[in-house]
Amino acid sequence: MKLSETWLREWVNPQATIEEIAQRLVMGGLELEVEPAVDTLPQGVVVGRIVAAEKHPQADRLQVCRVDVGAGEPLQIVCGAPNARVGLNAPCATVGSRLPGGMEITQAKLRGVDSSGMLCSAKELALSDKSDGLLELDATARPGQPIGDYLRLDDHILNLEITPNRGDCLSVLGLARDVAALFGVNMKRPNLPPAVVVGDRTIKVEIEDAETCPTYTGRIISKLNAKARTPDWMRERLRRSGLRCIHPLVDVTNYVMLELGQPLHAFDREKLSGTIRVRRAKPGEQLKMLTGESVVTEHGELLIADDNGPLALAGVMGGLESGVTDATTSIFLESACFAPEAVAGTARRHKLVSDASYRFERGVDPGLQRIALDRASQLITEICGGEVHPVSQAGRSQPEPVNVRLRHARMTQLLGHEIASREVEQLLGRLGITTRNEIGDTWLCRIPSHRYDLRLEVDLVEEAARLHGYDRIPARPYLAALAPSQPAEGRRPLAAARSTLVSRGWQEIVSLAFVDPRVQAALDPDAASIAVDNPIAETQSVMRTRLWPGLVAAWLHNRQRQLPRARLFETGVCFALRDGAVVETPRIAGLAAGDAFAEQWGKKNRPVDFYDLKADVAALLGAPADDYRFEAAPDAALHPGRSARILRGDRAIGWIGELHPSAVRTLDLPEAPLVFEVDWPAIRDAAVPRAQALSEFPSSRRDLAVVVAETTPVQALVDCVRKAGGNLLQKVFVFDIYRGEAVGNACKSVALGLIFNDYSRTLTIDDIDAATQAVTQALSQELAATIRH
Amino acid sequence: MTHPHDELLDKAKADIAAAGDLRSLEALRVELLGKKGRVTELLKQLSTLEGYERKAFGERVNKLKSAVADAIDARSSALQEHELQQRLSAEAIDVSLPGRGEDTGGIHPITRTIDRICTLFGELGFETVEGPEIEDDFHNFNALNIPEAHPARAMQDTFYVMNGARLLRTHTSPVQIRTMQSRQPPIRIICPGRVYRCDSDRTHSPMFHQVEGLYVAEKVTFADLKYDLQSFLSRFFERDVEALFRPSYFPFVEPGADVHMRWTQADGSQRWLELLGCGMVHPKVFEAVGIDPERYTGYAFGMGVERMAMLRYGVDDLRLFFDNDLRFLEQFR
Repeated sequence: MKLSETWLREWVNPQATIEEIAQRLVMGGLELEVEPAVDTLPQGVVVGRIVAAEKHPQADRLQVCRVDVGAGEPLQIVCGAPNARVGLNAPCATVGSRLPGGMEITQAKLRGVDSSGMLCSAKELALSDKSDGLLELDATARPGQPIGDYLRLDDHILNLEITPNRGDCLSVLGLARDVAALFGVNMKRPNLPPAVVVGDRTIKVEIEDAETCPTYTGRIISKLNAKARTPDWMRERLRRSGLRCIHPLVDVTNYVMLELGQPLHAFDREKLSGTIRVRRAKPGEQLKMLTGESVVTEHGELLIADDNGPLALAGVMGGLESGVTDATTSIFLESACFAPEAVAGTARRHKLVSDASYRFERGVDPGLQRIALDRASQLITEICGGEVHPVSQAGRSQPEPVNVRLRHARMTQLLGHEIASREVEQLLGRLGITTRNEIGDTWLCRIPSHRYDLRLEVDLVEEAARLHGYDRIPARPYLAALAPSQPAEGRRPLAAARSTLVSRGWQEIVSLAFVDPRVQAALDPDAASIAVDNPIAETQSVMRTRLWPGLVAAWLHNRQRQLPRARLFETGVCFALRDGAVVETPRIAGLAAGDAFAEQWGKKNRPVDFYDLKADVAALLGAPADDYRFEAAPDAALHPGRSARILRGDRAIGWIGELHPSAVRTLDLPEAPLVFEVDWPAIRDAAVPRAQALSEFPSSRRDLAVVVAETTPVQALVDCVRKAGGNLLQKVFVFDIYRGEAVGNACKSVALGLIFNDYSRTLTIDDIDAATQAVTQALSQELAATIRH
Repeated sequence: MTHPHDELLDKAKADIAAAGDLRSLEALRVELLGKKGRVTELLKQLSTLEGYERKAFGERVNKLKSAVADAIDARSSALQEHELQQRLSAEAIDVSLPGRGEDTGGIHPITRTIDRICTLFGELGFETVEGPEIEDDFHNFNALNIPEAHPARAMQDTFYVMNGARLLRTHTSPVQIRTMQSRQPPIRIICPGRVYRCDSDRTHSPMFHQVEGLYVAEKVTFADLKYDLQSFLSRFFERDVEALFRPSYFPFVEPGADVHMRWTQADGSQRWLELLGCGMVHPKVFEAVGIDPERYTGYAFGMGVERMAMLRYGVDDLRLFFDNDLRFLEQFR
């Protein structure tokens, strides 16, 4: 909301500059910016009156005007504005003046006719972004008066941003109240004379449900002058508040809304029939709004209606049909209080946010309706003449008084700082809250109707603290009982897992958790995604079921920037729908592409492959490695011959592999990257180590070259050796794979290293031979392996 | 006239000095001191002498022998040292060549910032707690004193899922609600995480990160909140931060405040920057989770991680955090 400084100072005028006032308001909890009403005050521009106008002899569109500027002979000015006419008052820039845009006014000749000055539009004075003709001024404006004085341009605009609880500040009156309270000065309530009732016509008004509309008032004003014009002083104030002048009747309702905070609406009396009712809409009622849009009501929306049907969406906007026009001479002026709950949502649902709905959603003083109705009636008759008729009212005339208890000790306990009793009473008093001492240190506080946001003790604590000043509450150094946490030793922090990957060359990324459904379908074909009801874009419309879409996007982003080698990982939640319930799984996932090694000297490069990735994943899983197994298994997004399910015990906890060629094709990827994912909670915990005694006796090593079918997984060999090796076999490992003629087609030779050891003695050749014999026998029996010598 | 022994010694010394390597020096040693060496031969003459003559001759030859041996040893050391030096210079490598192997990767600046915030509060006994990102109306709004018609709901444009049955949390505050529902005070938690709002432009990302803190116990006060946040900011930025607490409004706290810090801009001018929202836990929030608001008080605060990271690391464009451009991310290694 924007307001003029001079307007505010009519209501409260502390001895402070506007910057000081703004600063005090900001420290009092209102967000506020101050800007000058105009960037530069026009110099040498005065009120001019066109006393004669003739067509220019050489140009159809120009007129030669004689303009009275107060002193001396009228000036001859050539003017092209269509609205230049005899009798019109308009700003006149005299020779030697300079306009805000930098234009200098000189003696000129236009198509052969002398011109001694320029009649100005609002745009030329930088009062508006656009204008269609001269800025028309009141007929009562005195020629020769500097325009800056006449329009009071030496002013500031306060641009106020309120928090949702401070709807009471959305007016000159409301802001003035807070200024008065923050400075500890009195408000100067301007004299607002009540309208004099001369007529006797009324319209019956009814409220269906007092919860939604505690008060509805209205009155007829008839015999209005349809030709009336909104006076310049009101035009300027509305302009500084960012409102356009539309029609004197609408301008007055806007003016009173800005002044007092009460939204008003003027209906054309001739368009109404029967009783005015505030009622809930039936579904499907239709109403054409002032903006021209048609609205179909939803069930329960609050309407103003007459016997013929809906007239307005209560508290939001009036209908076109019943609105005032240039021909209107009789109105029904509405001033009502609608509950925030009754208005909220309606405006948003129909995309009809208005100044009225903005205020009603935040609350309007329930004691204000009659005052605002009278104020507006008086202004209307001042401008448009007419006869004022008696007020019709439904609902209660005065809101119930509200009392809130406040305990001084509680306030001190909450703030950690004592504000003296006397000061509390004074501070609350400045807000119009009267305090009455009850037993002990308790006050019973009477809340004025405009502070409908104050209903709890803690609300009053905040008000007192705010006026006292948050900066005066001291900071109290740490004072709390120590409560050491009980971290499980076997539980790894996520940061440790991240650093494992980082130390192996992986870069963490952070991507959006909603992804492109097309990409998700390619990378997780079997998953049931959770769709966002109201996505910002189609490419961000489903919740990720895997982290791979974000990783692929990040890889491509960098690839397009000449960084083809990727080791990217992300940690984050994946979302799945299981039996209608949302399941969120924190995961760690990664993508590897490009060369196996960073480009460097002295190391022959090759493309990264499955086993490079597997080593990194194994490091991530952490000790003990025996807990984990990688078994060949198909995932719809992975190459069936180059993918593995990762198991911990019997539980599947992740995937590793090369992206499936069809996914690569669908996503139009330049190559197939390697990816992995693991469920973080499944790998987070490990047993606390139990130390084993070390053998004091030397160990012995036997190497075996085992020839098996190509299809036999090495893991099966290792498992078989472990089982057959007995207690003496301490360790088995693969140190070479050989394929070639020597081992035959479709076979491979796997070189295994076996380490034997015992805790109580040095092993003999016989011991080792026997154990090795058992191993080779098992290998040949179980896996049809032959031993190569 | 010189003694023949002196002549021998001079000749031997000259030969030793002229020996170019350890092998020719060894040959000289054999020639002089070996079984048939010239000095050894002299000693053999001893047996032909008697009495005083024998003694004097013996002393002279022994002196000669040790002088020769010393000369050989000295030359040997010199030659060894020389050979070592030659070998060392032949074996020299270019130490300026880069090392082989993999460079380390890096942590995303958002993670880095969250970790730092959680560590700083962790030292004060705040336990890091996380919660679901798909939430329900109760935990995200109603329990936080944001009823259906509340204008604060419009302030946070919400993403809905499952035909409005659930929503993407608009703040990490639901974690506070869940924690208070499941534990009794004293509670000291810090809640980092992703949050979602239906807003996307230069300065807004539809997903961003927050860290919120909650401290509930008997006699927690606004004065505690002021100190804890003020000192946090100084510790986070590693300098004395001038912080300003301005009254503000969040439905779930009262009294509520915005915390601003004095910030020096690139052009040297100073301004107040809004960093945090905070306040005393609203009694209606306590009621919603079943904590007695008469017995316990608490404070809560929340901050945007991206904003903290931007200020800390001098990042001027929010979108950089989500582009995942390696040229940007590698600056945080």
